[in-house]
Amino acid sequence: MKEFLAFVRKEFYHILRDRRTMLILLGIPVVLIILFGFALSTEVRNVDMAILSAEPDNTVRQIAQRLDANEYFTVKEFLDSPSDIDRVMRSGEVDAVLVFEPGFSDKLFTPEGPQLQIVADASNATMAQSYMAYISAVVGQYFEEQMPEGQATGIVPNVVMLYNPQMKSSYNFVPGIMGLILMLICAMMTSIAIVREKETGTMEVLLVSPMKPIYIILSKMTPYFVLSCVNLVTILLLAIFVLRVPVHGSMAALISISLLYIFTSLALGLLISTVSDRQVIAMMVSALMLMVPTMLLSGMLFPIESLPPILKVLSNILPATWYISAARKLMIAGLPAVSALKETLVLAGMAVFLLTVSMKKFKNRLE
Amino acid sequence: MNPVIVNDIHKHYGDVQALRGVSFEAGRGEIFGIIGPDGAGKTSLFRIMTTLILPDSGTCRVAGFDVVKEYKEIRKRVGYMPGRFSLYQDMSVEENLTFFAAVFGTTIEENYHLVADIYRQIEPFKTRRAGKLSGGMKQKLALCCALIHKPEVLFLDEPTTGVDPVSRKEFWEMLKRLKAEGITMVVSTPYMDEARLCDRIALIKDGRFLGIDKPNNITASFRTPLWAAKSQHMYHLLNDLRAYPDIDNCYVSGEYHHFTTRGEGFDTDALNRYLTSKGHAAEVKQIEATIEDCYMHLAKTASRESE
Repeated sequence: MKEFLAFVRKEFYHILRDRRTMLILLGIPVVLIILFGFALSTEVRNVDMAILSAEPDNTVRQIAQRLDANEYFTVKEFLDSPSDIDRVMRSGEVDAVLVFEPGFSDKLFTPEGPQLQIVADASNATMAQSYMAYISAVVGQYFEEQMPEGQATGIVPNVVMLYNPQMKSSYNFVPGIMGLILMLICAMMTSIAIVREKETGTMEVLLVSPMKPIYIILSKMTPYFVLSCVNLVTILLLAIFVLRVPVHGSMAALISISLLYIFTSLALGLLISTVSDRQVIAMMVSALMLMVPTMLLSGMLFPIESLPPILKVLSNILPATWYISAARKLMIAGLPAVSALKETLVLAGMAVFLLTVSMKKFKNRLE
Repeated sequence: MNPVIVNDIHKHYGDVQALRGVSFEAGRGEIFGIIGPDGAGKTSLFRIMTTLILPDSGTCRVAGFDVVKEYKEIRKRVGYMPGRFSLYQDMSVEENLTFFAAVFGTTIEENYHLVADIYRQIEPFKTRRAGKLSGGMKQKLALCCALIHKPEVLFLDEPTTGVDPVSRKEFWEMLKRLKAEGITMVVSTPYMDEARLCDRIALIKDGRFLGIDKPNNITASFRTPLWAAKSQHMYHLLNDLRAYPDIDNCYVSGEYHHFTTRGEGFDTDALNRYLTSKGHAAEVKQIEATIEDCYMHLAKTASRESE
């Protein structure tokens, strides 16, 4: 035990004395959270609109006002003829045009209902899709409020945004960033820390000592575990108090599964360290095999459901996929802790598997 | 039983044959030197003895245990100082020593008497980071770390490479004192002049031992007359000497070229006339063989035999 503590103290010396690395380790979460939270959002803001209506009557005006009052839209102008649509869209004056068919208001009470068209600039498909949805929602709300019960014409779908009614992208990103940062710090830093000993030759001296390999491994993991916990707290505080992401579910459950995820990532880092003998290789393996798939395939940026089958399989073997899914359930959806049982079991299974394999692969000798 | 018994060890890496049948024994309290140039197989042999790599064939016992089957026992009982500096550069002198003491389940206080002589020299710098020490200081610290658990056998792989002459001398004096404690030491070095400081030495070349004996016996066994020559054009002199029919083996050794001759009664006057005709103002003298001369001679003989 004394050996183990001396070893852990040594690891802390290494981390604390490498100021630059430590700054990066503690700074990454803050920077990423703020970047994703404020700058890099897929939220639709400042959408300029035009309204095309042959006879801008009361209904049209009210809808236009509604849109203009919405923080996401600005109604720039009213158009008279369909030929204007092309002009304003091409010149980039507006991003979308809402087209009312002639006699819109009169047809409101006919069985087939009037037609409403949204013309959107789809050069950015994601953006176009989301503001189309917004516009429909705004218009839908208007009719719901204005039309007497039972007379609603059904022209507009009734969209309900569960859990994230304002469609804030930070709700989506925070669990993703947690998954990414914890994976990066745990896996990359542990693997580099172990490989560094091989590279500088100190591993040679450590091996020719009574120190058990399991102690070497555990003492390498301990400081990064602590560091990751600090990061976890930072991220949660930033998410809750700066980005105002609520934690609807049980905080205890969220923290428990985060600790399990940290442990799984550490075990993964260990496995990387057993297959590489240079710090550069460990870093490349972590970056290419962990960071990129975690960003692209874990559901952090793109929904898993839209992945092709083969990538779905890959996505399933990423610990981050399961963690992010659990974190979303617990943080955003506010489901009870039991709902994350499957994810917990999968992560625990992965941790046991990775740890066993890397213990087996840990070399008692130099070759 | 001797603390180090190496019997017919072979080791290869891919196509490279690093060790081709090496055997020796080192007794308790003996300083056993392994002398040879870089790439001769010294480090491979050390790594086999310290259980870091496995031999292809042959057996090796250290402190009474087999390096393959009982490696854990050996690791408790030996000290190892690898060829390159292998301490933590971002930790202070004292932190390094404390750490290695803890790894071996002991404390600095417990075995302070063993390292006291050496540690006193670096103690004034004990708060300095190991990476900021001079080459000689680093090696002294590494020796302290390898000694702190009172090992039965100490393996020192090129401990004085890259160290200034004064520190080298001090380092060897420390080894002499450790010998009095009954610690067996296996030391490798590319410096032939350090060979004389060992009790016995083995000369190694291309993974084979050329000979094992006390340094004096090795030089005494050199029976061929040995000559040294120098002139103002050393490079031409080497070529001219090698072209001279009566000269057998000629090689560079410090500021002189050393050479051995064929047959009895070498005529120095004839050589001098030959060298003058080649434009050399040469000085030629007969000398006593050093370990280096023995090494060159044995290496030449060995390569002739293998051809």
